[in-house]
Amino acid sequence: MTAYILQRLIQSALVLLAVSIVVFLAVYGIGDPIELLVPPQVSAAERTAMIQRLGLDLPVWQQYLGFLGKALKGDLGFSFVHGVPAVDLILARLPATFELVLLAMSLAAVIGIPLGLLAGLNPESRPSRAIMAGTILGFSLPSFWKGMMLILLFSVFLGWLPTAGRGETVSVLGIPTSLLTLDGLKHLALPALNLAIPNMALMIRLVAAGTTEAMTQDYVKYARAKGVRRKRIVGRHVLRNILIPVVTVAGMEFGSLVAFSTITETVFAWPGMGKLLIDSIYQLDRPLVVAYVMLATFLFVAVNFLVDILYAALDPRVKLTGEMA
Amino acid sequence: MTASKTAAVTAGADTALRHKVLRRIKSRPTTRGAVILLGILLLLALLAPFIAPQNPHDLASLSVMDNRLEPGAQGMSGITYWLGTDAQGRDMLSAILYGLRTSLLVGLTSTAGALAIGILAGLVAAQFGGAIDAAIMRVVDFMLGFPSILIALVLLASIGRGVDKVIIAIILVQWAQYARLMRAAALVERRKEYIEAAVNFGLPTRHIMLTHLLPNSISAVLVVSTISIAGAITLEATLSFLGVGVPVTQPSLGLLIANGFEFLLSGEYWIAAFPGIALVLLIMSLNLVGERLRRSFNVRGQ
Repeated sequence: MTAYILQRLIQSALVLLAVSIVVFLAVYGIGDPIELLVPPQVSAAERTAMIQRLGLDLPVWQQYLGFLGKALKGDLGFSFVHGVPAVDLILARLPATFELVLLAMSLAAVIGIPLGLLAGLNPESRPSRAIMAGTILGFSLPSFWKGMMLILLFSVFLGWLPTAGRGETVSVLGIPTSLLTLDGLKHLALPALNLAIPNMALMIRLVAAGTTEAMTQDYVKYARAKGVRRKRIVGRHVLRNILIPVVTVAGMEFGSLVAFSTITETVFAWPGMGKLLIDSIYQLDRPLVVAYVMLATFLFVAVNFLVDILYAALDPRVKLTGEMA
Repeated sequence: MTASKTAAVTAGADTALRHKVLRRIKSRPTTRGAVILLGILLLLALLAPFIAPQNPHDLASLSVMDNRLEPGAQGMSGITYWLGTDAQGRDMLSAILYGLRTSLLVGLTSTAGALAIGILAGLVAAQFGGAIDAAIMRVVDFMLGFPSILIALVLLASIGRGVDKVIIAIILVQWAQYARLMRAAALVERRKEYIEAAVNFGLPTRHIMLTHLLPNSISAVLVVSTISIAGAITLEATLSFLGVGVPVTQPSLGLLIANGFEFLLSGEYWIAAFPGIALVLLIMSLNLVGERLRRSFNVRGQ
């Protein structure tokens, strides 16, 4: 186990290193940051002093090493627009994105798993077919348009739910959350639903496929022959076996949910990390974009790492040797 | 068995499979409907300049007085706007027909580009193995490890918007999946006897790769590409919505939706809703056809 964890740790670190190089070159290599940072009316001497102070006269690799050294200490530079450390800005927005993603994921699981079971147990029945057709719709609706239509239906036509913002929040252990106030939940409902729908479709498909396959397995036949009730077979044996891929995919999808929350947050003006990224792209706030990409990468790599370890722990068939990739 | 005989047998099996697939597509009403719908949408996009009531790119033909009219309203010049007009007085129906063109142009071009690069990379990785294979596959794993929307977004944020740039961004995020599939298929194919025979004949590697390996292992990639066109179109629409996609002078369906966003809250739903419906119909028909193809050919998805 230790060898496996160590190997995965080294792999993760290499990915982070590669991303830092690519992002550094992509964002700092294109265009001249001097043009952005130094006002044109500044004298030549002041200009040179500023270039030296920022280290922009150094060769690229030295600049990169400086960036990397600071990044390892958690310093990803200052936002051009806000003038405060980029990391602080992003971390301040983290709770809003997290509660959105968390709620979306829970919604997807709570609705998706039972529907998937239903569709997988009687794949040829009419409701199952309807559910499966619904998943194609769930995949096909572009997230931003679906969000707008949700606003149109529930906010403009019906007037039930608010259209934008986070609503009233309360602080729990110093972290503001909308999950504990009625107003906050009302604000959360539409964005979370919007974010959850494609994942719900994915859950349904995974669980349905897994269930249909599991029902033909010997252990199910054996349990049936033993006289175990159908409910118990499904609940105890089938569900447990299909949950392994579901957990894996849920973990992998966590990263893409964070990425996709960028779109949902933009539509619903939800003050999370994604909205911050879009705003900073509009404002050409490069350090903020770089910091976002680095933090997001760190998040993806960390989640993938945890999922792999969890997967290994959950599935008795996965052997924990160093050779496993 | 000679090489040509083997080839003939494979070709025979291929034709049989193709017939089976065609029959299945015809027998399923949903799939048949999706194929017909897709055909209609392609035709509409192709014929847009001839059938659109108005040229939405020609500002001179627009009448600003007709801005934000409801669907079915009549304009100053007597023209009926069946799907309403946008903030510039542009006929939404015409805008959608032209937008369909842009969306399809980006979706098809970028998929073709990604296919070409992915197939080549996968083929090279499978043929040469070793360090080349490892290097290509590390890059592929790396690309697939991140949500494509994020890569494209950050890339376009640094290179700016434009139809060509969006196509480049989509190619960049989509080639990796084809490379992985192509490599897997080519590796299986390479172990077969006819390749061994070709190698023993002393045929040049390039010849083996292009005339034997490529045609025999390409089907899986082509099958999956239908669904990927839908993915590319969605990606383009999303990027355009976020303001880093196609330019305002050549609006795609995604940009039309984005333009309607600000009028949504005042109940002027048609500016955002109708282009969206066109977009969803396009994506869904591609997904339905692609899904059926994938199942019929029994190709595992990404």
